[in-house]
Amino acid sequence: MEHPISAPNVSSLHRPKRAKLSLTKIIVTVIMLVIGIIFLLPFIWMLSASFKPEADVFKYPVQWIPHTWNVVENYRAVWFGDPPFMLYYWNSIKVSVMTILISVITSAMAAYAFSKINFRGRDTLFIIVLLTFMIPGQAVLVPQFIMYRSLGLFDTHIGLVLLESFSALGTFMLRQAFMSIHSEFIESAKIDGAGHARIFAQIALPLVQPFIATYAILRFIWTWNDYQAPLIFLRSPELFTVQLGINRFADATGEYYSLIMAGTCSAILPLLIVFLLAQKHVIGGIALGGVKG
Amino acid sequence: MERSASQSTASSQSKSWLSTTAKETIAGYLFAAPMLIGLTIFILIPMVSLFFISLTKWNFIQGFRGVEMIGLDNFRHLFQDKSFFVSMLNNIKLLLAVPFTLLFSLVIAIVVDEKVYFKSFFKIIYFMPYISSVVAVAIVFQILFHPSQGPVNGFLMSLGVTNPPKWLADPTYALPSIMMITVWTSIGFNMVVYLAGLQSIPKDLYEAADIDGASSWRKFRSITVPMLSPTTFFLLITGIIYSFKTFDLIAVLTQGGPAKSTNVMVYEIYDQAFVNLKMGYAAAESVFLFAVILLITGIQFWGQKKWVNY
Repeated sequence: MEHPISAPNVSSLHRPKRAKLSLTKIIVTVIMLVIGIIFLLPFIWMLSASFKPEADVFKYPVQWIPHTWNVVENYRAVWFGDPPFMLYYWNSIKVSVMTILISVITSAMAAYAFSKINFRGRDTLFIIVLLTFMIPGQAVLVPQFIMYRSLGLFDTHIGLVLLESFSALGTFMLRQAFMSIHSEFIESAKIDGAGHARIFAQIALPLVQPFIATYAILRFIWTWNDYQAPLIFLRSPELFTVQLGINRFADATGEYYSLIMAGTCSAILPLLIVFLLAQKHVIGGIALGGVKG
Repeated sequence: MERSASQSTASSQSKSWLSTTAKETIAGYLFAAPMLIGLTIFILIPMVSLFFISLTKWNFIQGFRGVEMIGLDNFRHLFQDKSFFVSMLNNIKLLLAVPFTLLFSLVIAIVVDEKVYFKSFFKIIYFMPYISSVVAVAIVFQILFHPSQGPVNGFLMSLGVTNPPKWLADPTYALPSIMMITVWTSIGFNMVVYLAGLQSIPKDLYEAADIDGASSWRKFRSITVPMLSPTTFFLLITGIIYSFKTFDLIAVLTQGGPAKSTNVMVYEIYDQAFVNLKMGYAAAESVFLFAVILLITGIQFWGQKKWVNY
C-alpha cells in the first residue's frame, strides 16, 4: 500500500514464475482431493451403508459401491416406519421456522434501535445485551428447567422455540449491518414524515437483506442441529425433533445399521441442501463473525 | 445535548404534544423491547436464580417444598467431589484437541487459499463436517469405531494389528476418540476463519519478502504466522470455550463412560440435575462452569489488548 509505484514491477517479475508453478498446483490439487476424500470417508461410508441390505453393511473389505441395492426398502422403513421419521422431520421444520422468524424479527428490531435510533439509556442497554453473550447456555439449564416446569413451557414446542430464539448474537451481527447504512437515508426519510416503523420496514430492512439471510441460515443450522435443549426440554416422543428422533431410532432399531444410516443421512440432507445453496452466506457469515469476534 | 433538545421541542411544538427526543426514546424502547424482554426472561433471570439455587439443597421431585437453604455446603462438597474433579480433569485433557485443530486448519487454509485449483470446492469439502448434525456424526462414528465389527478395526486387523483398541468402549481410548471427532468437526470453522484472516494480510508484504529472496518457510514464519496472530488467538479462545461446553458427543456416544473416562463438566451437570434430580448441587456445578468460562473470556479481553500483534 505504501509503494503503489513498485507494485506493477513486482507482479511482472512474478508472471513467468506463476506459469511454471501450475504443474505443482495441479499436483497439490490432486493431493488435496485425496485428503478431502479421506476426510469425508465417514459421510461416504454412511451414504453407502444406507443403500445396502443389512447383511452387507459390515462386510470387509468395505463395499463402497453396494453390490446389492436396497435403497427404497431402507428409506421407506425409516420414513414410514415406527418410530415415524416423518413426524420428527415435521417437528424440526416447525421448530426451526418459528425460531428463525422470532429470532430474526426481534434481533433486527433491536439491532435497528441500537444503531439508528438515538435514545437515552441506549448504550447501557446494549452493554447488557452483550453481557448476556458471555453466559454459556449450559450454565443456566437448571434454572431454565425449573422455570419451564412451573410456567407450563416444559415439553412444548413453543417453549423450545422461545429458548432458542433469544441470543445477543443476532442483535450484534445485524447491528453491524445497520451501522453501514448512511444516516442520510434515515434523516431524509424522517424529513418526509416517515416514522421509525416505516423507515425500518421499507428502507433499513431491504438494505441489510443479505445479512438477514446469512443470520437466518446460520440460525437454521444451529436450531436444526441442536440436541441439548430438545433433550432436556421435550419429553413426549410425538414432539421429538430429528436429532432426538435419530437417537431414539438408533436405540429402538438396535442392530439395523443400514436403517440407522438411512436415518442419519435423512437428518443431514436438509443441512447439506441449505449449505450447498447458500454456501457463500454460511461461509461468509462464519468468517465475518469470526474475524469481528 | 440541551440545545438540541430545546431545538427539537420548538420545531415539533405545533405538530405534536411530544418532543422529538421523547418520540425517539419511545421508539427506541419499543424496538428493543422484544429482544430485551426475551433475554431477561430466558437468560438474565435464570442466571440470577442460578446463584440462589446453588445455595440450596433441592430434590426436584418434591417441587418447591423440596427447597432447603444450606449456604455454601454445595460448594464445599464440590471441591471434594471426585466425580466432579474427574469431569474437570477430562475437560482439561480435552483441550489438547484445540492446538491440533488450529494446526490442521491453518495448514489446510494456506494450501486451499493459494496452492490449489477449485478453491471453493475444497472449502465446501472441509467445511461439511462442521454443518452436519452432531448426533448423526456421533452415531456414524460409533459404528465406524465399533470394537468388533467396525470398518476402522477391520482395516487395522487387515494391516496385521492383532489387538486393535476398543476405542469408545475402552477407558484409555474413549477420550482420545472423542478428541479425534472434535478435531474433525471443528476444522471447517477454523479453516474458514483462517481463510478470512489470510485475505487481510497485505500482499505487498510477501512481494517485499520475495525481493529480499526469502524462502517460503521464512515467509510463513515471519509474515503469515505473526499477521495471523489475532485470528489464532480468537480461534484459541473460541476453541477452549467450545471445548468446555462439550455435551452432545458425550451424551450420544458414551454417557460419560466407560468408568467416567469421558465424563465432562456439562455432562456431569446434566447427570446431577436431570438424572439424579439434585438441582441445588447441579446449580453449584453450573456456577463453577460459568466462572471458568468468564475467566477465559476475561483472558480474551485482556489478551486482545496486550498480546496480539495487530
